[in-house]
Amino acid sequence: MLKQKNYLALGAVVLAAIILLSLPSRATARLKLSVGSWFLPLFGLAGAAQQLPADLADSVLSRRELLHQVDSLRRENQQLRSQAVQGVAIARENDQLRALFNWQRQSPWRLKLANVVMRDPANWWRTVQIDLGTRDGLRENLPVITDAGLVGRVSSVSLTRAQVILVGDPNCRVSAIVENASRDMGVLLAGGTLDTSLVELTYLASSANLKPGQGVITSGLGGIFPKGIPIGQVVDSRSVEYGLYTDARVKLNANLGSLEQVWVLFP
Amino acid sequence: MNLFRTILILAFAFLAVFGEATLAAPRHLLGAQVDVLPALMVYAALNSGLPTIALLAVLGGVCFDTLSANPLGVSILPLAAIGWPIYWRRDLILHDLPFAQFVLGAVASAAAPLLTLLLLLSGGKDLLIGWGTLWQWIVMTAVGAVATPFIFSLMDACNRALGYQERVEPGFRLDREIQRSRKKL
Repeated sequence: MLKQKNYLALGAVVLAAIILLSLPSRATARLKLSVGSWFLPLFGLAGAAQQLPADLADSVLSRRELLHQVDSLRRENQQLRSQAVQGVAIARENDQLRALFNWQRQSPWRLKLANVVMRDPANWWRTVQIDLGTRDGLRENLPVITDAGLVGRVSSVSLTRAQVILVGDPNCRVSAIVENASRDMGVLLAGGTLDTSLVELTYLASSANLKPGQGVITSGLGGIFPKGIPIGQVVDSRSVEYGLYTDARVKLNANLGSLEQVWVLFP
Repeated sequence: MNLFRTILILAFAFLAVFGEATLAAPRHLLGAQVDVLPALMVYAALNSGLPTIALLAVLGGVCFDTLSANPLGVSILPLAAIGWPIYWRRDLILHDLPFAQFVLGAVASAAAPLLTLLLLLSGGKDLLIGWGTLWQWIVMTAVGAVATPFIFSLMDACNRALGYQERVEPGFRLDREIQRSRKKL
């Protein structure tokens, strides 16, 4: 009798796993969304707990320190304003030149700030979740950046949360250009399993003239990432497949190990 | 079956999965995120019944996969595959000994990620694995082994403090009372 009960329970668990694994992707996403909502109160608590030390630190700052901060922020604000004025003038000039050559006008990207609320608990994926969702206008494949450089792309979106695949995950491939004279182009693939700051730039031409320290930016090919987002810098390179092409290791500008806030780019 | 123990195990699994997704310290310090669900499954298999093991495998696995990029349901079978053999052989295991808990925790924490990886690879998934994965596997095994006796102590303490104790039948029984009377012979 006991053995029969054992097999029944085991069969039920196996059946549940098979049913879940064979569900269509839309149903799986919905199920993940509904189960993920169980964690919302905990996310709220964790957010409040993280905010508390910052609030406490703010409340005990001296008046002198606050005045110093206001002063430095005011100066930074003035600098940024003058840069913005220059930027507007340059953009206007760019538009005029584009109109002159009958080139398509570039529409500026909008940015939306998001907090990173959790990381993937499994070691074989490199993803994070952010606190923006469909209600904020998010959709799949939007680029995600920090002020340092490229972070990844949005892979799935729910009402209040979105999953971001980070650069270095095998499912986030980025077409990239090395900032050298020959503008060598390659594809960013998976990074190291332990070091999140290094990724592999592969399929570079065998004649690529790579030197450590050269910048790597997005090429704009592929339709997901706009051209010119800084990715990182070349660390070293080697010839592979009997000289058929060149691989390079790239150190990412963005620190993916300690992401707290990121920007989502909207076209 | 003590229902409180089941609720406690499931609540602990829920909090553990949330902690694994939000605490970055293990990843920064050890280079790997640790998973305590296998260690919890060892506790459940040695101290609870089949429904608890099944619930932990399904709910724990689903919660883990929800917060991860794993396909939903892939973590259920590895957890079940740990729980069942231990449950079947639990009469032969000295489960009060911390060393036995340590060894079972090590075996469970080593087996769970391997089985999950096997399922993912057989499903054709493109995973981030390399030589560093070996280090992550060792870290997961070691931390899971060390965590298991602590989980046993913690769960037993919570159970004693918050749960109801099973009623112990007194030795006195009315039907066994010796009737003394002066009978006339």
